[in-house]
Amino acid sequence: MTETAAHITVRDLTMAYGDFVLMRDLTFTINRGDIFIIMGGSGCGKSTLMTILMGLKAPAKGKVFYGEVDFWGADPQTRNRIIRRSGVMYQSGALWSSMTLAENIALPLETYTNLSPAQIREVVKLKLALVGMAGFEEFYPAEISGGMQKRAGIARAMALDPEILFFDEPSAGLDPVSARRLDDLILELRESLGTTMVVVTHELASIFAIGNNSVFLDVSQRTMTATGNPNQLLAETRDPNLRLFLTRGEQS
Amino acid sequence: MTLRGEMFMEQPSAETLKVILAGHWKLGGELPKADKVQQRLESRPGVRHLVFDTRGLADWDTGLLTFLVNVGTFCSQQNIQLNRDGLPPGAKRLLELAAAVPEKKDARKAEERVSFLIYLGNETVNFFRSAGQLLEFIGEAVIAVRRLVQGQAQYRRADLGLIIQAVSAQALPIVSLICFLVGLILAFIGAIQLQLFGAQIYVADLVGIAMVRLMAAIMTGIVMAGRTGGAFAAQLGTMQVNQEIDALKTLGISPIEFLVLPRMLALALMMPLLCLYANVMGILGGMVVGVGMLDIGFIQYYNQTAAAVGLWNLGIGLFSGTVFGVIVALAGCMRGMQCGRSASAVGDAATSAVVTAIVGIIVSTAVITILCNFLGI
Ligand SMILES: Nc1ncnc2c1ncn2[C@@H]1O[C@H](COP(=O)(O)OP(=O)(O)OP(=O)(O)O)[C@@H](O)[C@H]1O
Ligand SMILES: [Mg+2]
Repeated sequence: MTETAAHITVRDLTMAYGDFVLMRDLTFTINRGDIFIIMGGSGCGKSTLMTILMGLKAPAKGKVFYGEVDFWGADPQTRNRIIRRSGVMYQSGALWSSMTLAENIALPLETYTNLSPAQIREVVKLKLALVGMAGFEEFYPAEISGGMQKRAGIARAMALDPEILFFDEPSAGLDPVSARRLDDLILELRESLGTTMVVVTHELASIFAIGNNSVFLDVSQRTMTATGNPNQLLAETRDPNLRLFLTRGEQS
Repeated sequence: MTLRGEMFMEQPSAETLKVILAGHWKLGGELPKADKVQQRLESRPGVRHLVFDTRGLADWDTGLLTFLVNVGTFCSQQNIQLNRDGLPPGAKRLLELAAAVPEKKDARKAEERVSFLIYLGNETVNFFRSAGQLLEFIGEAVIAVRRLVQGQAQYRRADLGLIIQAVSAQALPIVSLICFLVGLILAFIGAIQLQLFGAQIYVADLVGIAMVRLMAAIMTGIVMAGRTGGAFAAQLGTMQVNQEIDALKTLGISPIEFLVLPRMLALALMMPLLCLYANVMGILGGMVVGVGMLDIGFIQYYNQTAAAVGLWNLGIGLFSGTVFGVIVALAGCMRGMQCGRSASAVGDAATSAVVTAIVGIIVSTAVITILCNFLGI
């Protein structure tokens, strides 16, 4: 890897729903080209952290910087411009249910590029093939399985070749082979396009295979307890909760 | 024969209580209650240890586990040591698993009882807040319309076409039925009164003016509120549940332009046409009564209607129709976008969309009527 530059910086972030504080004092940096893993138990606020990074929910306290720009301090237009350069795959897929997969993937392209309809069709075909779903263009989201919806969601997120990709549990609900292929795809996108990836995942195999940076959210302490390369964390950590997480609770 | 679980208690020493479990401890069978152990423990305050003997146990399932959990809760309250060694190994492991993650205390929603005054205060604050949201939503919709006029709005033409079809052609049967019947009813009621004076012919005026100026627009508006406003709220609400609206936002596409604008446009364009059609149906309804029951000639009825209904009446009716269309679309879309993330929230959104739309229609009718009165038209 070449030099590392901070892409997203999170400082003293507190996230809360009303009075219910989920996590406080989150401070970490996501560098350009990182595959950044957000780890933590179920319900600890990983998806919520993503919604804050993506501009859907304001933090209770603290700041998020994209490069030098204070994301939540900026006006909505600036925020919109920043977020337009990212792609998101939601935990539930969130495909637009009244459109076919082809239309789902084509919408961002139609909106933000001047490609001709024929070119768009080619791009759609390629993106679907990348996630192993070639030939499903004319299907509606309700007509495919849950795992396939996930993969189609990934294809849509990648449509514009964004600078940042947010994946919320991309491999949950996938068979091991597809999950592995997805890992390869993520690594490949980083290598070839230099995309920064922010991934929420519980798959230990994935975490160690693709992650080169991470943050661990500890439910019991209501804050992050570690950040860094997951392999290094596993080797060095003394924190029993993190150890338990990284070893599937086998060594305590 | 029902399966029975047996329980005996004995006390090998003053400090130890031994619970002997035997028979079939399966859900649905006859099982002893954990209260018995509790009563025993309460009657002998000296007991510090609880042990189990399950050698006589034939089989067990959740029935045994719930019993053990209840006993365990009581023991930990009373600081009595519970020794699980005597239990079947499987049950022991399951209990350990169940206790592995401690109950999260603050996760459970606190059920507060609020006094009436606090409730009233909250409701008042909520009322003003929702009025604010309404204004905000209308403001955003106006901005979207401006962008549409400038040709910058992002929406799919194909969607607009589909929505137009759904709110116009597909609504014709129900609008026909309702407006025809309303015309008929108006004529009937009018006929009875007017016959007293021998002025049956004025039934045509009554039906014509009432339908064209007011009733056609109101009835169509209410039909559309139920038919289309509810549908809009349910559609957008479901999209909210599935995070589809979030997906639009993160793409930088304004959901107002993409979802609300085409719906508003479709209704605003189609409602006048529907009203026009409803006028014809209402007058037809009146004509059936006039010609069939009151022996007014067909041509005579037509001429009387044409003379009574001025262009102003038609204009006011169509204008009201357009306003109602916008109200129905806004109410449906706003409730849909505000929808929570559950199936019942979608139901609530649909209900409140219809209610909001109907209230809006009635209130704006009043406003329009008063304005017309002032302007003398
Ligand atoms: N809209 C909401 N209103 C109130 N509380 C919420 C809301 N959404 C989530 N929560 C709460 O926030 C907590 C974290 O939710 P979140 O979806 O961020 O978890 P997560 O870490 O992504 O979990 P998982 O791994 O299961 O997806 C949960 O305890 C949940 O109860
Ligand atoms: Mg989540």
